[in-house]
Amino acid sequence: MGFIDRTARSFLLLEMLQGMALSFKYMFKPRVTINYPMEKGPLSPRFRGEHALRRYPNGEERCIACKLCEAICPALAITIEAEPREDNSRRTSRYDIDMTKCIYCGLCQEACPVDAIVEGPNFEFSAETREELLYNKDKLLANGDRWEPELAARIELDAPYR
Amino acid sequence: MTELWEGYIWPGAIIIAQILAIVLPILVAVAYLTYAERKVIGAMQLRRGPNVVGPFGLLQPLADGAKLFLKETVIPTGASRAVFVLAPMLTFILALIGWAVIPFNEGWVLADINVGVLYLFAVSSLGVYGIIMAGWGSNSKYAFLGGMRSSAQMVSYEVSIGLIIISVLLTAGTLNLSAIVEAQREGLWYFIPHFPMFILFFISALAETNRHPFDLPEAEAELVSGYNVEYSSMTFALFFLGEYANMILMSGMVTILFLGGWLAPFEVAPFTWVPGVVWFALKVALCLFVFIWARAAFPRYRYDQLMRLGWKVFLPFSGIWVVLTAGFLLFTDQLPK
Amino acid sequence: MIIATFAFYLFAVVAVISGLLVITAKNPVHSVLWLILAFFNAAGLFVLLGAEFLAMLLVVVYVGAVAVLFLFVVMMLDLNTLNFREGYQQYMPLGLAIGLVLLVELATVGAGWALLPEVEGQLAAPIAAAEAAGLSNTEALGHILYTDYVYFFQAAGIILLVAMVGAIMLTHRSREGVRKQKIGRQLARDPAASVEVKKVETGRGI
Repeated sequence: MGFIDRTARSFLLLEMLQGMALSFKYMFKPRVTINYPMEKGPLSPRFRGEHALRRYPNGEERCIACKLCEAICPALAITIEAEPREDNSRRTSRYDIDMTKCIYCGLCQEACPVDAIVEGPNFEFSAETREELLYNKDKLLANGDRWEPELAARIELDAPYR
Repeated sequence: MTELWEGYIWPGAIIIAQILAIVLPILVAVAYLTYAERKVIGAMQLRRGPNVVGPFGLLQPLADGAKLFLKETVIPTGASRAVFVLAPMLTFILALIGWAVIPFNEGWVLADINVGVLYLFAVSSLGVYGIIMAGWGSNSKYAFLGGMRSSAQMVSYEVSIGLIIISVLLTAGTLNLSAIVEAQREGLWYFIPHFPMFILFFISALAETNRHPFDLPEAEAELVSGYNVEYSSMTFALFFLGEYANMILMSGMVTILFLGGWLAPFEVAPFTWVPGVVWFALKVALCLFVFIWARAAFPRYRYDQLMRLGWKVFLPFSGIWVVLTAGFLLFTDQLPK
Repeated sequence: MIIATFAFYLFAVVAVISGLLVITAKNPVHSVLWLILAFFNAAGLFVLLGAEFLAMLLVVVYVGAVAVLFLFVVMMLDLNTLNFREGYQQYMPLGLAIGLVLLVELATVGAGWALLPEVEGQLAAPIAAAEAAGLSNTEALGHILYTDYVYFFQAAGIILLVAMVGAIMLTHRSREGVRKQKIGRQLARDPAASVEVKKVETGRGI
């Protein structure tokens, strides 16, 4: 009986038909892909994208040049030089991130005691030349100004879990 | 002068117009077949398919064509130039000349020759040369292996296609394609009495056109893309067009031999209002859909499995079916004529 | 009529030229390709004669299958064209002698060729005779093959079968200890018989 059953199955191409029926059924399921540039998928508040240097609400930059991020960076992508500003506060005179080296591990933002360096939600920062990916302090601060509302919201959302 | 005009130029112009009337719709059909394929497979894989160029991506085939047309043709060093350039042309021409004998409707046929089936069979068996020449002429290992595989595969499956065609011819009693369709008007469409052969023919057609799951000649994973690795630009486009035109030709063959060509499914009022050519196109479209569907559903065969299937399963099965058909027709006294 | 004549000369000239190129082409693969062109033109000539069935068979069998195998073998062999010239002068007298013998034989046959009187009339217009009887040339061939020449036809079939069996026997080696894929057995396996689910306790093992 088992033999007849098997033979009939293989001659009637039952498994083939099952496979085809399955793919036919899938034809009418909703698409899972999205129209990327027009639609975007959801991002977690912990998503690690482009870096930004944040400021306090009064406009003062947060970074105190403690160099913890530079020390922890496993890819050695961060370079910091520090000297006292004219008001004798300790500030960075140079804050560079080589985005071509960065591995987006997020250790810099974990290390930062003042939430100055953060990785934002922006992942669309491709550039046409390599030089454009060597970020300096101005670029990072500009990023911070641009994304500040979202950066603050993300930190707030993530705060209960820290 | 009038003799020259009436005897040669005018009939020549009519023939050329007829050829254009067949070839242009086919090329458009080929272009939109690629679109349909991408859309259908996209849908089956829960993707969207092309949807950017034009409404619903309808202009995508034109964009692809323009891209291929504007690219540079690269001829590899060490390639046999003449063979390399001839191969895609041959593939393309062979894919188109088969249409000369296909009846789209009652009397709508360019050349209503007595041996239409054999002509189609001959044209499809010639298709292997385009591929084998491309494989050899490219002077590339991958292309060569692809060409070898493809020629062995096509020759193997042609044998069973030939036997399957014989069963149909025995029932119809003619080699003329229009007459085969007419013979199906009287009785059942042949896919009912010859159902196993219908399936076998369809699968062999997949193998003959190097389509999934038998697309070993261009298996990307092993051969990069087989016989057409070295081709670019228009030479590649000709292969591509030829392959898809062959798919449509094979679907036309399935339609004529098994699905009653231009006949309406029922000879009653609402069905007979629709012109035959529409029925023909619908049936061809159905076959093409199954071609695409098979691509979405099945993984690729391994080469030895493919050969085993062709020689050890299809060939004996179709041979036995020829004997059965002949015996049945003889003993029930239904042999044509 | 002019077109038919033109077509005849076209096919004939191309057939002859490609035939010449078959034996003069340096590259053996090119030779085979020229051979295919010659076959193809011969098929064209058959069509002009009204023998469309033979023409199509020529294309299907010779061009579609036999020549593919030729091409296959020639491509695989990777012949070294330089070695062809070796011993050319040494073998030339022998080759010429064989050619001469064949030529003389052909000439003798051609000169001594005579037809039966009743065939002669048909030969003048073979197609017309068949058409008068309402037969296409496929049917006419079938009628002759399966009535008058049925034994020859069957004998030819058997000879081919014997040749095929012989070829397979000669090349077939049965090797011991080869583990082949048995597809039937693979398909016959069912999950219940081939997979056993065991509950493994932590830290114990089976």
